[in-house]
Amino acid sequence: MKISHEEMSARIIACFDGKMVADSSQFNELTFVLDQTDLVEVSQTLHDDDDFKFTQLIDLCGVDYLTYGQDEWITQSATGSGFSRGVSRKPVILDDADTFDAKRFAVVYHLLSVEHNIRLRLRVYTGPSNPPIVPSVESVWSAANWFEREAFDMFGILFEGHPDLRRILTDYGFIGHPFRKDFPLSGNVEVRYDADQGKVVYQPVSIEPRTLVPRVIRDDNRYSDELKDSTDG
Amino acid sequence: MAEIQNYTMNFGPQHPAAHGVLRLILEMNGEVIQSADPHIGLLHRGTEKLAESKPYNQSIGYMDRLDYVSMVCNEHGYVLAIEKLLKLTPPRRALYIRVLFDEITRILNHLMWLGTHGLDVGAMTMFLYCFREREDLMDCYEAVSGTRMHATYYRPGGVYRDLPEMMPKYESSNNKKKKHTDRLNYNREGSLLDFIESFSERFPSCVDEYETLLTDNRIWKQRTVNIAVISPERALNLGYTGPMLRGSGVEWDLRKKQPYAVYNELDFDIPIGLNGDCYDRYLVRVEEMRQSNRIIKQCVDWLRDNPGPVMTDDQKIAPPKRMGMKDDMESLIHHFKLFTEGYCVPEGEVYAAVEAPKGEFGIYLVSDGANKPYRVKIRAPGFAHLASMSEMVVGHMLADVVAVMGTQDIVFGEIDR
Repeated sequence: MKISHEEMSARIIACFDGKMVADSSQFNELTFVLDQTDLVEVSQTLHDDDDFKFTQLIDLCGVDYLTYGQDEWITQSATGSGFSRGVSRKPVILDDADTFDAKRFAVVYHLLSVEHNIRLRLRVYTGPSNPPIVPSVESVWSAANWFEREAFDMFGILFEGHPDLRRILTDYGFIGHPFRKDFPLSGNVEVRYDADQGKVVYQPVSIEPRTLVPRVIRDDNRYSDELKDSTDG
Repeated sequence: MAEIQNYTMNFGPQHPAAHGVLRLILEMNGEVIQSADPHIGLLHRGTEKLAESKPYNQSIGYMDRLDYVSMVCNEHGYVLAIEKLLKLTPPRRALYIRVLFDEITRILNHLMWLGTHGLDVGAMTMFLYCFREREDLMDCYEAVSGTRMHATYYRPGGVYRDLPEMMPKYESSNNKKKKHTDRLNYNREGSLLDFIESFSERFPSCVDEYETLLTDNRIWKQRTVNIAVISPERALNLGYTGPMLRGSGVEWDLRKKQPYAVYNELDFDIPIGLNGDCYDRYLVRVEEMRQSNRIIKQCVDWLRDNPGPVMTDDQKIAPPKRMGMKDDMESLIHHFKLFTEGYCVPEGEVYAAVEAPKGEFGIYLVSDGANKPYRVKIRAPGFAHLASMSEMVVGHMLADVVAVMGTQDIVFGEIDR
């Protein structure tokens, strides 16, 4: 039976008073932010309880908010120097900082209740610890096994209690976590066959990082209520 | 007494039955599998990271290359996510064209699956039969987008262009006699819709042919019945979607339950299995081909009667008409901005999912208001299916691993991303 977003939202707030904070969405989707200490307990209830029955973990992914909202081209005030095409980035393998911004990494869970025909998104911030760490939900949804391995591989997020946390998509012996925002798009090492040594060797990348289209953030009056003309619809 | 140990066997990554580049580490006791550890990532291209570095429209082409046997369904998921953020509804004709091509793609995918699954298990003829029909559907792709596989046909706001009035024909040459090409061209005299209609009239009898070869075939049943049985509860817990979930008896299809495009206006049924074994999943997919054919017929009828625009007229999103650019300054500016910078998408996060032939293909899109996505997460159905490989094959024979790979309908483009 299909139930409405409002109904589900009310049920969640009633059941997990204070543990889950609703995140407003203009796109008719349910999003809740919760603390990682409550994650496994809340997940178990969401999975088992007849009010929720979120029996499927559709997706689990990491997000790195390091450069959120940063653009490469100033659009507010005119610039005298103009835009430079070459964007030089230093190759970074590991972040030296002992702690991260508490809201840098998040793990996002997409749940689906087949019974109630409703989706739910959970977001858990990893907090300041380096490496980032959250509890594993593999015991609740078996599907989390590979999704968590992927998030570990791509973002270096550790999942406490995961039975087999290995890299999954990157090469054997890969260094770094490629989807972090401080990891360069072209990577750090390239591989070629060395005829003299008679074997395949790794060397630093020879590709110059460059930006083809600058990243631009524009305030668009069609999407923002403050900028909208009162006269037009 | 001598100590007997299990031994480890490496399967793939270069193996004709590995469906691309799957490497499996199998722990065997005699010929019985004790555990299976798939090693994936040999086709990892970092699509998600690449998409973060490009304006929205430039990543549509990458979506084709995810699940490279159901191309436009992947585009559909991506385009749907962008449209959700933009709060944009494409014209109805575009939605019907999308449904038409989604279903053509479903048949394409299932034919590929049936052909290779048959081939893996020892039914060579299936492969030849299936590829015969695939060829016609590939021609539909080519007629509408110019490419046989990687169409890049769906765009935010609609589809790239309307269906062509003429179906391309075979041309005779020195080594292709006119008599031969005339025979090939018999149903290509009219428009693309005529061609698709003639296909949809012929296709049910083709499915009958496949079923004659397999459904009651003793060897086929020996290889698939009671192989890799998955209960509905486990199927849900393992994150199964699509035919894998329906094969286990869960009636769940996004086209019915959370309809997108115009699926709520079309008449079709969802087949489900009873036992959750390889044979049931085979039956489900074969019936899905018949249902897709029904949808195609309805779309063809609607598209014949309802001409109209196939792209939104919002020129901040869709390029202006070529002719308009000749004398309209505004169009020229829009064109320039769109192709140098792209369009900015309002801040927010959405998850959009479509029922791809393999299961739920989802895109989780985070936008910070820029002309490039901040984060794109591709939820590939095959990833969750392959993750359960070990559970499916334990206790079976080595030869059944191949049957399980066939039944999971694995394509590495989407699993490795």
